[in-house]
Parts: sequence; C-alpha cells; structure tokens
Amino acid sequence: METTAFQKIHTKIDQITKATCSLRATGVGNEEMATVDNRLAQVVKIQGDLVTLQIFSGTEGIPTNAEVVFLGHAPRLAVSEELSGRFFNAYGQPIDGGPEIDGDLVEIGGPSVNPVRRKQPSELIATGIAGIDLNNTLVTGQKIPFFADPDQPFNEVMAMVALRAKADKIILGGMGITNDDYLFFKNTFENAGAIDRIISFVNTTEDPPVERLLVPDMALTAAEYFAEKNQNVLVLLTDMTLFADALSIVSNRMDQIPSKDSMPGSLYSDLAKLYEKAVQFPDGGSITIIAVTTLSGGDITHAIPDNTGYITEGQLFLRKDTDIGKVVIDPFRSLSRLKQLVIGKKTREDHPQVMNTAIRLYADAANAKTKIENGFDLTDYDKRTIEFAKEYSEKLLAIDINIEIDTMIDTGWTLFNKYFSDAETGIKSELIEKYGKRKSE
Amino acid sequence: MSTKGKVVGIISNLVTVAVDGPVMQNEICYIIMSDVKLMAEIIRIGENNAYIQVFESTRGLKIGTEVEFTGHMLEATLGPGILSKNFDGLQHDLDKMGGTFLQKGDYTPALENDKLWEFKPLAKPGDEVVPGSWLGEVKENWMPHKIMVPFSFTGTFTVKEVSTDGEYKINDTIAVIADEEGNEINVSMVQKWPVKIPIKAYKEKPRPFDFMETGIRVIDSLNPIVEGGTGFIPGPFGTGKTVLQHALSKQAEADMIIVAACGERANEVVEIFAEFPELDDPRTGRKLMERTTIIANTSNMPVAAREASVYTAMTIAEYYRSMGLKVLLLADSTSRWAQALREMSNRMEELPGPDAFPMDLPAIISNFYARAGYVHLSNDETGSVTFIGTVSPAGGNLKEPVTEATKKAARCFYALSQNRADSKRYPAIEAVDSYSKYIEYPEFIEFMKKNVSADWVDNILLAKNVLIRGREAYEQINILGDDGVPIDYHQILWKSEVIDFVILQQDAFDKVDASTPIKRQRYMMNKVLDVYKTEFKFDSFEEVNPYYKKIINVFKQMNYSEFHSDKFKKFEDELQEVIKERAVLEN
Repeated sequence: METTAFQKIHTKIDQITKATCSLRATGVGNEEMATVDNRLAQVVKIQGDLVTLQIFSGTEGIPTNAEVVFLGHAPRLAVSEELSGRFFNAYGQPIDGGPEIDGDLVEIGGPSVNPVRRKQPSELIATGIAGIDLNNTLVTGQKIPFFADPDQPFNEVMAMVALRAKADKIILGGMGITNDDYLFFKNTFENAGAIDRIISFVNTTEDPPVERLLVPDMALTAAEYFAEKNQNVLVLLTDMTLFADALSIVSNRMDQIPSKDSMPGSLYSDLAKLYEKAVQFPDGGSITIIAVTTLSGGDITHAIPDNTGYITEGQLFLRKDTDIGKVVIDPFRSLSRLKQLVIGKKTREDHPQVMNTAIRLYADAANAKTKIENGFDLTDYDKRTIEFAKEYSEKLLAIDINIEIDTMIDTGWTLFNKYFSDAETGIKSELIEKYGKRKSE
Repeated sequence: MSTKGKVVGIISNLVTVAVDGPVMQNEICYIIMSDVKLMAEIIRIGENNAYIQVFESTRGLKIGTEVEFTGHMLEATLGPGILSKNFDGLQHDLDKMGGTFLQKGDYTPALENDKLWEFKPLAKPGDEVVPGSWLGEVKENWMPHKIMVPFSFTGTFTVKEVSTDGEYKINDTIAVIADEEGNEINVSMVQKWPVKIPIKAYKEKPRPFDFMETGIRVIDSLNPIVEGGTGFIPGPFGTGKTVLQHALSKQAEADMIIVAACGERANEVVEIFAEFPELDDPRTGRKLMERTTIIANTSNMPVAAREASVYTAMTIAEYYRSMGLKVLLLADSTSRWAQALREMSNRMEELPGPDAFPMDLPAIISNFYARAGYVHLSNDETGSVTFIGTVSPAGGNLKEPVTEATKKAARCFYALSQNRADSKRYPAIEAVDSYSKYIEYPEFIEFMKKNVSADWVDNILLAKNVLIRGREAYEQINILGDDGVPIDYHQILWKSEVIDFVILQQDAFDKVDASTPIKRQRYMMNKVLDVYKTEFKFDSFEEVNPYYKKIINVFKQMNYSEFHSDKFKKFEDELQEVIKERAVLEN
C-alpha cells in the first residue's frame, strides 16, 4: 500500500481480540491509520506505548507476527473533479475498475462549519412528488430521513427524488445495502444519463460491517469539496440503521457500557456529527442530506430513529394506502421542519392554507373510518370526506405523481370544490376569491 | 512556576496526563501540539496522573505531548460587551473566528479590549462596598451595565477613588478600593468567575412571586411562571419545543435573554442569527438582538464543551442579575448536556446509573436549577434569573432519568404532547398534565390579585377543571357513541374545546396571535368562561358540534384581530349574536 522508506514496520502484536489488536509502538497519533497484515486499521486507544488498533475488516487469521505499518495520517480521501461518475469502496478506493483519483488528500470527518457562517436555507427542492413538494417541502441545506420498514420501496423513492432534484452532484453513501440494491442505483443513474453527476461510496452486505463507519464521512467529505465550489450537492445515505448497528458492534467490542437498545451512549453525537454536515453556504453551495433509517415494525421509539428525529429537520414516512393500492407519503407522520422557509414565499401564497386544509380534511376522513370500524353511522359530511380522501391519495399523496407545485395546489382546490362548501374548508375568503373560485355554478 | 505534564494515554477525548506538580480538580489546561493548543479540563486525579477531557477532537495527538496547567478552573469573562454576542460553549466569540469552518484551537477573546465605553460613576470615595456593589455604569446597547466590585473578593472595602465621567477601556482602572487592612486594590470593568460555582453576591434569595409575562396563553393563563422561577419543557421530537423556546425568547418580559443552544441543530441557531437582528422588541422598540446573548454549542460542536456551555450561560445570567436586571435563561436542550456527562462517565469507567447515566445526574441537575432565582442585592435592588430548559426524552418516554431528575428540580412543568402535535394543536402543551407550583404560593396569589386580576388564580383552577371534565366526556362519547350519551356530555366536551381552541391554541406564525398581552388574555379568558357559564339549548346532539364550531370560529377571528380594533369589535358583536341564538336566559 502506501509504504515509504521512512516508515517503521512492527512485527510483534501483543494482543488480538475480535476487532482489535494491540502492540507496542511510539510516535503514533490518535486516530492514525495503519495496515495490519495489509488490512486497514485505525488507532482507537493509546496507553503509554501500547497502541490499540481497530481492524475494519476483522481480525480473522491475523498472526502475532503480522506486519504493522503506521501511515501517519487519519483516514482521507483524494478529492478532485475526477470523483464525478465514479464508484468507491468505504476506504475511497475505486471499485469500478477505473484509475486512482488524482487530487488533494483531505482527512475525512473534518471540522464543523462555524454556525455564524451558515446561511439560513431558503432554496426549494422540487421533486414532483406532491406528498413531498406540497406537504413536506424540502429545502437545500436540509437533512431529512425516510423512516421506513425494510419492505418499503425507500431506495426507489430516494433515487427518484435524487434524479429530479436538479442537484449539481448526487453522492450516494451505501451502507450494508445488498448487491442488488447497489446495482439498482447504478442502473437507474446510468439509464437516466446522470452518471457523470453521481459519486458513490458503497459498502454492501458482502463487505465487513465495521467498514461502514467510514462511508458517510467519505461521502460528506466529497460533498464538502463540491459544495465549497458553490455546487448544490445532494447526499443520499442508506441505510443509517445499519451504520448505527456497526457503531454498537464497535462500542461493544471496546467494552463500553451500552445505553438504550444496546446502542452506544454517544449515538446522538455520532449521528449529529454526520447530519450536521448539511449546510447552506453563504456563497451559494449547499449540502442536502436525504437518508434512510429502517424501522423495525414501525417503532420510532427505538434509539436509532428516536435520536435521528431529534437531529434531522423532519422525517418522511411511507405507507401503503389500501384504498388505492399504492404507496403514499403519509401526511400525518411526515414533517419537513424547513418548509416554513419556502412555502407561500417561494411558492404561491395559497400553498400553506391548501396544504393544511387538505390534511385536516384527510384527518376527518380517518375519523370517519374509525366510526365505521366502531359500527357508528356516518353523516353526509363523513361520507364526503372518505370520498375526498381516496381521490386526494390517488392524485396527490401517491409516490408515482410527477407534477409542478402549482398544479398540486390547483388539484387541491379542485378537490375542495368537488366535495366541500367554502364554510367547510374554512379557507380565508381572499384566497378563495383569487385562486379557488368554483367554475360554472 | 505552573505545573506541566506529558500525555501518557488517549481514548477519544479522554486524555491521561502525568503531571510534575500540584493540580486542581476542574483545572483548565492546554495540550501543546506542534501547530495548535487544545483546551481541556481536569475531571479526575489519581496517583501522578490527571485525567482531562479535551474540548476538541484529539485526532493526531501523540504520547509525550506537553501539557500546561493554568492554575484556574473554567472561567467566564464578565464585563461590558457580552450583549448581542454569539459565543461558543467556552465563551469564545464565534464572529471573531476566521474561516467558514471551526478550526481546532481557534480561541477568540470574549470581549473587546480596545473598545471605549462611556463610564458614569455611581459610588463615591468613602463609600463602604462589598463584592457585587455597584461602582459605576456604562451603557451597553440601551442597558445600564453596572461595573461591580469583583465577586471573587471577600469582606468589606472602602472606596478610595472612582473615575470621573468619560470613556474607558475594559481593562482601565475605574476605581480604587481598600480592604480592611488598608491595602488598595485597582478595579477594572472586567472580572473573571469560575462557571461551575454560583455567584452569591446578594443579600437574600426569597421565594419568587412576581409574575413573568410570556405572551403565551397556555403558560400565562394556565401555568404561569414567575420572575426568578424555573420551568422545563419535555417533549418528543416534532412537538414544537424549539418553536416554543423561540417564542419565549422573543416575547418574554425580561431585560435580557440568554439562549444556550446546547447540542441542538445548527440551523435553529441560524434562525435566531437571521431573525433577531431584524425583529423588534415590543417593550423597548429596539431590535431583539440588543437584549440577547447566544451561547451556541450545536450538536456537531465538541461534546465536552456542551456541559460547559450551560454553566457559562448561567454565570453570565447571574452576572447580569447582580446589576438588578431580569434575566431569562433558556437552554435547549438539557438532555444533550446529560448525554455529554454520560459519554464521559462511560469513558472513565464509572459504575453507571439508570440508562447508563452517571449516578449523580439528579444532583447535578438540581444544583443547576437552584442557581436561578429572585434576589435582593446588597443595595436592596432586586434582580432575577428565570430558567427554562427543554428536555428531549428518549423515545418520548417521560420516565427516563433526565426528565425524572428535572421534574424534581423545576417548579413549572410544560408537557408537550405528541397527540396534540399530531392534531396540529399548537403550542402542544398539554394544559391539564402541566403544572405551575407557583399558583400555590400565597405571595404569588396576592401579587396577581393586586396587579392583574382578583380572580386570576381561581380562573386558572376553573379552566383546568373544565378541561378535565371535557376530556372525561370525550372518553365517554368514544366508548358509548354520539347518541349513547346525554346531550350534556357533548356540551361539556365542546365547552372544553372552546377553551382549547381559543385560549390554549395559539398561532406562533401569526403577527397578532403570536403574543397576547396579559390584559387581553384576561379579557379573552373572561369571555370564554362566560360561554362556559352560559346554558345553551339543543334538541339533538347533532346540533351541538356545528354550533360550537361557529362560536370557536368567531373567537378565532377575534384572536387574529388587533385588540379592541374595529375588526375585533365586529367579531365580538357577532359572538354575542351567536350566543343569543341558543342561550337560555335566566330572567
């Protein structure tokens, strides 16, 4: 690997555990990279001259006389324009058969942006999906995950969002994704003719789990490189639950006391350090993060989605709507915290009211459905809400929608006028006058 | 000769240092790396080793690196120039740092050494003074910033000399005082104080009683907080903790606001940075930023400095309290601080308490809340620090250690409810489960009688009772069906809904509704309770819901209109008409 004449080679390992080995060495820096028997490793603990190394791919077959070489630097990535269109492993090494990247070597997991140097996010990201654009509008510089069960089509939705988002660069950080999913992303991006805008760092289920820990930092380091060149970068991280699982494996092997759900006590900080890389720079560049956190049985109180929810700016839920037999973006549990910065400002002024009214009526429909389940009679209003809900799901919530935001809002008005009186929608009369007038009555 | 040491062990940001002399628990030291110095604090001492937590990433640190000890604990720098600043958790000025990214070891000074301040003497030669006594004042933004005898002094002093009116820098001597032995000491405009130790330069700390207006109806009208009081806001994510804290920081009746953004999202602080310099403070007409100081240790900033950030904020609050000011300190979120304690306790291999938090977590939290309060200063002026913290309970479970420990320490409890947030009933404070212990204080009841209204506290109890009965009726209706209960049940439910929609719910994004002055709150509360006391006639349960919706709608229009404007009066008349439709007249 990167051996040079000045590096001292150690050949005596004192101790080997499942994930680490320890040896006597001096002049070693904390978090420095090393190779042990040609496997990449990182310094995690130094006690006097006893250095403990975490070997990413595991210690199976490592002999006590293995060759250990310290590389003198923390994990790093070569960054340059050449990154575009390429596929890498968790160490930033090409896996697409192409040449090594010729560029500046940058340490990953670098410093955070000074909060006073950030700009308030204000640029809308249009995806064509009404469940997102209308109800949970995304903004550049935002960080938002899909909370989804493993059987839901989150990777498909994410790929679609990425391709429509008009980002200058799309960076995929795949952690523990199956080889099939990896190939799905690759083919989708290739077929869309977008491959030159895509950069991928991939750790599949075939790779050792601990290697995953490097993937988000690699992806975000590449993102920072382009965002500092005033580009809008979209980072896709899937699946963050598997990333967190890898954290718990490491903390367990380091004998740390687990906190809730066997997760390390530092889970919040570990996740926040990544997600907070989402930023709007004053000069126009931005990093937006869309992630996936898979849930087990829809449980959002589990430590991983729970800590994620406290860090990210909202979350998107997918749900199978049995009324229309399609997957929809759940309007109740989904939330984009930054939508307030753009709706009614960058979009039409009636956007907020139309959005809220539609969701309220959809909630009334849910109540009406509960009435049916409990065997109570439905009023005329109840029946109309149920009809409305079905059409709203079909025409706006379903993920296969691809329309302009103005069309979404107009569709909202059409549905209101079809099923309800103005008093029932309760929208400000000035707005009805301007945008929601009934035709031919 | 100060103590020096050498690094002998590194695990993440816990570093072991072999020392060559005396060191002190919580002493600050610097690790001298080749290109940069890293600040750290001693958190345990054993044998010849000091265990230090480094306020930075220790990447690249090597064994044998030199460490210099400073001989003092983490200190806040106190003097004119704190207002309107954006500090990090260790009181470094974020605006003075170069570059877009926070660089390791970029420690900027908290105050400006060269800035001139217009000084006016308050004491005169011969005066007897004690620590905290006012020697003079400068105008900081619009506020009179008192220059005090340093808190670290002990005993009684005699003023020898005070500078005359004029412009001075913070390090200039503005007074000379002599101790009991006649030793003369120069006093400047700046002093230092260790953040972990409460400033006790006051005469006494009585029970707080003076109502603090926040403009948020569910707080003022149902769970009021007092000047010098303590409160906390627990809530799962997405229930509006931060929106509520921002509303408090914009509207609360305080001279100074300190926002400690502790381990939360950077974009939320950016919102304050962007809005506060633009927004007006309704009380003074000045910009909100002029009365605000921000301590930002966002979630991606060094974890170890998170704990320090809340102490730094509290020390600054106590400093301004000593000037006779009303200070409101908001910390979002104290759970992140507790998590920082947990990470460190874990690395030190301490035996863990519940959920792996350190055993002394409840004691640490209650000691911190105890630093808030209303005080009588040595010159009989009063000042206060009101503290409201948010808690982010894991999984939304209020039985977790941080929430439980905080519940024992804080006197007001504002429970944010997921259900209310889901049904968009904002602010999502669950009025019935929340409480304010202050409404039980006779001093407070007396104060409200005299200054706000004779029946304020009685109305609080009545309104809460209506809400509880409404909740019970709701459950009954759900079980038995709309037509399975007497019409009265529907009425009880809807009368509580009127309170919910008109008083509890408030639109933080509407110009008028966002903040309700206390007079208007009293007016609306009386109106709503009048509706409650009125008997209405219905023939079937189906008439109840649309009728009350009509009442609520008119009330809401009133909420959106300027108080006593023509529009407001128009809706008020409309309300009377609606009430007449069904009211049963007693005479």
